[in-house]
Amino acid sequence: MENWSLFSLCVLLGLTSRWAVSFHSYSGAGKPPMFGDYEAQRHWQEVTYNLPVHEWYFNTTNNDLNYWGLDYPPLTAYHSLVCAYVAKLLNPEWVELHASRGYESHSHKLFMRATVLFTDILIYIPAVLLYCFYFCDGFSKQKVATALCILLYPGLILIDYGHFQYNSVSLGLALWGILGLGLGWDLFGSLAFTLALNYKQMELYHSLPFFCYLLGKCIKQGLIGRGFFQLAKISLTVLVTFALCWMPFLSDPKQPLQVLHRLFPFGRGLFEDKVANTWCSLNVLIKIKTLLSRETQLFLSFALTLLFILPSSLKLLSKPNLWQFKLALVNSSLAFFLFSFQVHEKSILLAAFMLPLLVKDGLLLPYVVTSLAFLFLSLYLLSHLTRTNEPLFWYFPFLVISVATFVWLEPPAKFPDLFPVLVSILSFLHFLGFIIYFNLVQLMEPQRKKSQKKTN
Amino acid sequence: MSATSHLLKVVIQTVMAAPMTNDQSWFYALALGVSFLKCLLINAYHSTDFEVHRNWLALTHSLPVSQWYYEATSEWTLDYPPLFAWFEYGLSHIACFFDKEMLVVPNLNYASPATVLFQRLSVIVADVVFFYAVKECCKCLREDKGKDLLGKPSFILTVLLLWNFGLLIVDHIHFQYNGFLFGVLLLSIARHCQNRHFEGAFLFSVLLNLKHNCIRFIDKSRSSLFIKGQLPQVLSRLFPFKRGLCHAYWAPNIWALYNIADKAFSILGVKFRLLDINKLPKASMTGGLVQEFQHSVLPSVSPLATLVCTLLSILPALFKIWHRPNGARGFLRCLVICALGSFMFGWHVHEKAILMAILPLSLLAVDSRKDAGIFLMLSVTSHYSLFPLLFTTQELPIKIFLMLLFTIFSLASLKTLFRKGGALLNPLEVTYLLGLIPLELICEFVYPLTVWQKTFPFLPLMLTSVYCALGVTYAFIRLYISLLTCSDTTKKTKMQ
Repeated sequence: MENWSLFSLCVLLGLTSRWAVSFHSYSGAGKPPMFGDYEAQRHWQEVTYNLPVHEWYFNTTNNDLNYWGLDYPPLTAYHSLVCAYVAKLLNPEWVELHASRGYESHSHKLFMRATVLFTDILIYIPAVLLYCFYFCDGFSKQKVATALCILLYPGLILIDYGHFQYNSVSLGLALWGILGLGLGWDLFGSLAFTLALNYKQMELYHSLPFFCYLLGKCIKQGLIGRGFFQLAKISLTVLVTFALCWMPFLSDPKQPLQVLHRLFPFGRGLFEDKVANTWCSLNVLIKIKTLLSRETQLFLSFALTLLFILPSSLKLLSKPNLWQFKLALVNSSLAFFLFSFQVHEKSILLAAFMLPLLVKDGLLLPYVVTSLAFLFLSLYLLSHLTRTNEPLFWYFPFLVISVATFVWLEPPAKFPDLFPVLVSILSFLHFLGFIIYFNLVQLMEPQRKKSQKKTN
Repeated sequence: MSATSHLLKVVIQTVMAAPMTNDQSWFYALALGVSFLKCLLINAYHSTDFEVHRNWLALTHSLPVSQWYYEATSEWTLDYPPLFAWFEYGLSHIACFFDKEMLVVPNLNYASPATVLFQRLSVIVADVVFFYAVKECCKCLREDKGKDLLGKPSFILTVLLLWNFGLLIVDHIHFQYNGFLFGVLLLSIARHCQNRHFEGAFLFSVLLNLKHNCIRFIDKSRSSLFIKGQLPQVLSRLFPFKRGLCHAYWAPNIWALYNIADKAFSILGVKFRLLDINKLPKASMTGGLVQEFQHSVLPSVSPLATLVCTLLSILPALFKIWHRPNGARGFLRCLVICALGSFMFGWHVHEKAILMAILPLSLLAVDSRKDAGIFLMLSVTSHYSLFPLLFTTQELPIKIFLMLLFTIFSLASLKTLFRKGGALLNPLEVTYLLGLIPLELICEFVYPLTVWQKTFPFLPLMLTSVYCALGVTYAFIRLYISLLTCSDTTKKTKMQ
């Protein structure tokens, strides 16, 4: 079968799973007064449509920041504005100032889900296809298999189409950035990544590798001459993009400060809820949240993040090739996730370990189905297309058993939070293992079986 | 490794269809994959057929057998043969563990989450019969060793059957048990192809006792219905001739074309003052669920007339096959023609009945070029004709994605299978099929925004039905021609 037909089948399967998951509940459905992320997104449409730009991030009579105040960078706000215009056309009640709080209806849900699908098709899916086509090693069947696995990845599907978010936009833009760098279009790549950063500040997790890779490349070309010009062009692209995104907020110095304050809420503490990172897991043994002062917490998290990210970044700086770049991305995001401040569990986007959140949203069934399907599919394809990795077969029943335990057993009354905490700790141990493993791989560069591409 | 870990490994490998030793693993992967998809669709829209089956669960569970065909609390009376009623009875015993309330007859339209979960799961699990039947059918195909997996006829057939668009949306969204029933049919066919005729005949009688519209296949097997002296009542429920010539949405058969011709003539007649508008019968042909109506210009059609037409349409095929049996392939071809014939000319045909022709035709499609071309025409057209079944906005993307999925796969895989010998479809056929795209855009997107939506709401349905009827008729004629003109090819028969 021809490549294009195989790729289109993958896309269609991905789209079908996405839309089928969207039939289920969303975060905060039917739960006044605060509801959930779905209501937050709707509220942002209401705020951006009805209020002037300088009021979006401020606490005013018309904008109560305690009720889902905007806490993403300006691009999210502009996206909400565009959606709000469409919403107004379809049904003005959806974005009525104040009156539309907590608005829930079947048609509104369809509209919101449709906006996610639209941006997914526009930004994320083409990026995935191009990535698999150009940057996957192996013959075409392997590329198609990779595309299928990525498109069926449950974490993104469940969070975007279940819980309700727009991660596909920021991840898609970041992927375009990676594509740009891979194809040698550094300016395009920088532009795309800057846009991603201006959509969700979570993309900071990936920023250091981008920076180190580009800087390293420029240094290699010679800082006196071509390299310097390249660096200047990249910096200019980044600065201009930032300026354009933040333009409405640059008139008054208070504006950008307030936006930054909303984006990085250091006041909220080291962590919230159950997150599979170091601080939450450590808190089980030593109550660091209460033991240490906020300044100490900030310093500790900053120091440890830096410590874990430095080796990988320095290696990339010295050897700016694509393979190093990809590994650095993994290591950097893991380091930030494990050690930084105020991390949310969604930041990891790894299906098996967001179970508590998804159960709360009423998404147990799609979670089970998509995760099982993904695990089965990826292990099946992995074993068919490469050498079998026996330990992986043991992983599958282990995960099934742990999921089953969480769902069906009642925790003992003394420790009502036992299972979410156990899940978090288990996940944390996995991630710790991953970050050590991937750092070792990046730093030591063991013999690679696949032939290196020229672009590397 | 210890014994337990070894055992566990074997279990995991079988369940996961581990690669190296077992090269049938792709079958299980496909079956599991489609089951996962069906699970994701549990929350989708379901039609009144859901309540129909819930009602049957309730009445078979709560009432004695003698009352089953007399119970009429709900409007959805039992209108399938007794064996299916027993199947519902068996299911009802499992239903107790999900939600006892669904088994209470007066609980009309009861649809708690547990009820939905149970009923949906019962369809998904019952499909195991279908999986087994497909596996058996694959055994009847000739295999080319050493071919790439995606190009193997058995792989293509498995996808065409397991992932059939019509079956997916009718069974797992609209809600029915066709997978299970078609499983029995395909198994019967497979047994005949494997020369295990007694089993084939037995399975066929089982099928008749499960769904009586398989009576159109009755020429091939004997059936036996035994009911405890309630024959007239059962028959009256099974064959409700009080319903009209067409369903509320016209199945794309001959009568759809007949209806449109009648309407066209009456409009022309009124325009040219040949007919008096006051004398025309006012019955609307698509209003309401079931309607008897009369034609204005052309003669009205009675149930007897449709029966005669159906018999006339399939007699030549039967005669040909009796005169010159052509082995398994000839048998299958005749089967498909009988199914299509009764679809084309039958009384109160549901558009879903086209599946009865498409599924067996899939077996022929992976075997010969000409049949592949006819299959593509028929499957794309009839799958599109199922679109009106899912009329909710929420299901619109699903039906489009799944339709594209199946169409692209069948086109690409059959094209690769028969790459030698030119294109499978001629330009006219391609144009007709491409015409479905603007048709969909008009009916689903453009028309609802126009002012005619209020005055002529049935127009898109009529357009769909008539357009598809052309394609189905064309496929029927081509299939007939291929049956009547094929020479005795017993030497070249690929299916043993």
